[in-house]
Amino acid sequence: MSDTYFEILRPGINSSIQDKGRNHLYHIGITISGAMDQRIFTLSNALVNNDLNEGVIEFAHQGPLLKLKNGSVNFAITGNVDFNILRKNSIVEKGKCFQSYLLEKDEQLDIIYTKDSVFGYLAIEGGFKIEKVWNSFSVNTKAKIGPNNGEKFSIGEKIYLKRTRVKNFEKKNIEYNNSVATTIRTIKGTNFDYFSKEAKNNFFNEEYRVTNLSDRMGMRLEGPKLENIVNTNIKSEGLVKGVVQVPADGNPIIMFSDHGSIGGYPKIAVIITADHDKAAQLIPGSKIKFKEVNLDEAESLFKAYSKETKNHLEKIK
Amino acid sequence: MIKNISNLGDAAVYCDFGKEVSEKINLKVISYFNHLKKLVKENKIEGITNLTPSYNKLIISFDLSITNFKKIKKILETLKVANNIQQDSKKIKIPMCCDEEFALDLISLSKKIKISPNEIIDLYLGKEYFCYMTGFIAGMPFLGNIDEKIRFDRLKTPRIKVPKGSIGITEQFCNIYTFESPGGWNIIGNTPKKVFNKFNLKDPSLIKPGYKVSFYKISKEEYLNWNE
Repeated sequence: MSDTYFEILRPGINSSIQDKGRNHLYHIGITISGAMDQRIFTLSNALVNNDLNEGVIEFAHQGPLLKLKNGSVNFAITGNVDFNILRKNSIVEKGKCFQSYLLEKDEQLDIIYTKDSVFGYLAIEGGFKIEKVWNSFSVNTKAKIGPNNGEKFSIGEKIYLKRTRVKNFEKKNIEYNNSVATTIRTIKGTNFDYFSKEAKNNFFNEEYRVTNLSDRMGMRLEGPKLENIVNTNIKSEGLVKGVVQVPADGNPIIMFSDHGSIGGYPKIAVIITADHDKAAQLIPGSKIKFKEVNLDEAESLFKAYSKETKNHLEKIK
Repeated sequence: MIKNISNLGDAAVYCDFGKEVSEKINLKVISYFNHLKKLVKENKIEGITNLTPSYNKLIISFDLSITNFKKIKKILETLKVANNIQQDSKKIKIPMCCDEEFALDLISLSKKIKISPNEIIDLYLGKEYFCYMTGFIAGMPFLGNIDEKIRFDRLKTPRIKVPKGSIGITEQFCNIYTFESPGGWNIIGNTPKKVFNKFNLKDPSLIKPGYKVSFYKISKEEYLNWNE
């Protein structure tokens, strides 16, 4: 029996293996990485009966075109993704997200693009045949950390699957409504008082636009300049996902999964954990407003977020 | 003692050990870091996902589905931590080549601070440095304090790519770029030594917080023939 693998006919813009992320290494400068949208990453694994932290392929904007060599595979795509399954005899089947499919030998999976969103996920039953690095499958392409020597996928590469064929295929799906965020909830940052009264007011009342300078490390925003009245630098200190930093130019930057472990810009706010996923999915040009919540509210909102994820998991049929 | 404990968002604790940057304060940060790291390893505290020590702060990240700010804060308030750094301190010697092709900013820095390039290097090599923290990029050590005469601001426009191995100075600090990376420090040399080895999964960082680091000069020939 030959090995089953995907041949990459088109890698897509930023396709890499991700899982929940990599912990306990910030102190040596290795960041958390991991899926940008944790909820739909989790759901992708659930749809194909995987451990919820199995490594999946994350893609951004344009996804990969993959050809299955040998065997068969049970896969699911999550997100707001336009994709086709190229069956035998040139039959093109339009794909639906949040649903599992059987793909046979020599069929192709064409992940065209993510609609009104940035990230989508491709999970396969049993997972990909790759080794964890520092206890995680996640790849950080900027720091070249993780499996695949820390590189994103490239054309012609082969991605081997742990299971060579599907024994009993059972179709599963989730009713899922993709939504686009217009409000992002935050808690005041540790340097909130570095900013002028007007800046504080603008931050919570005016619209900020997502720019093209956005990736897995961070998202640069543009809007009314945030005037710093104390110091535009702080002594370098730790960062966490969701921190909103403001460098000297007065434009906020949101830190995401591949952010540097430490930084020296003042922190005006931190996005609450419950809103990380929807912030990560904002496309360049989106306009958002920041809303202030307190710690208790943030914790309740996280409980609601977790409950919603759990509900989706329970409703998989 | 931690002077001030606050929340950084909903999933991290921000421990402030004092305003200034000094070895004394940093040793306290590192002591708390080592102590907590051990507790996490021994499963004595639930839910902590990362500990990030820096000059005068310690950030404790946690999994909000397992614990929360109040619980971690309570643990911190009752924690008794002795200065425990000595047992973990080592002395590391780093070779550096200061030829013009490596010391990208040596001449311009020399003009700005009106000290000859040779004298800058001599003053730099004449001190032993303390490692306050590692990070930003994997394994990058933040060292200090350099001689007051050679202190200067960051470059006005940071470089998009600083070559791997570059040794940079700014304000009272110096560092080593463990990977090619963007950066704005004044580059005065380059080391062929592997300061971070991602294939050594158990112990990738040569220099750790609390270590003492000194530099010695090598020729370009020694640089090119460097073999570990």
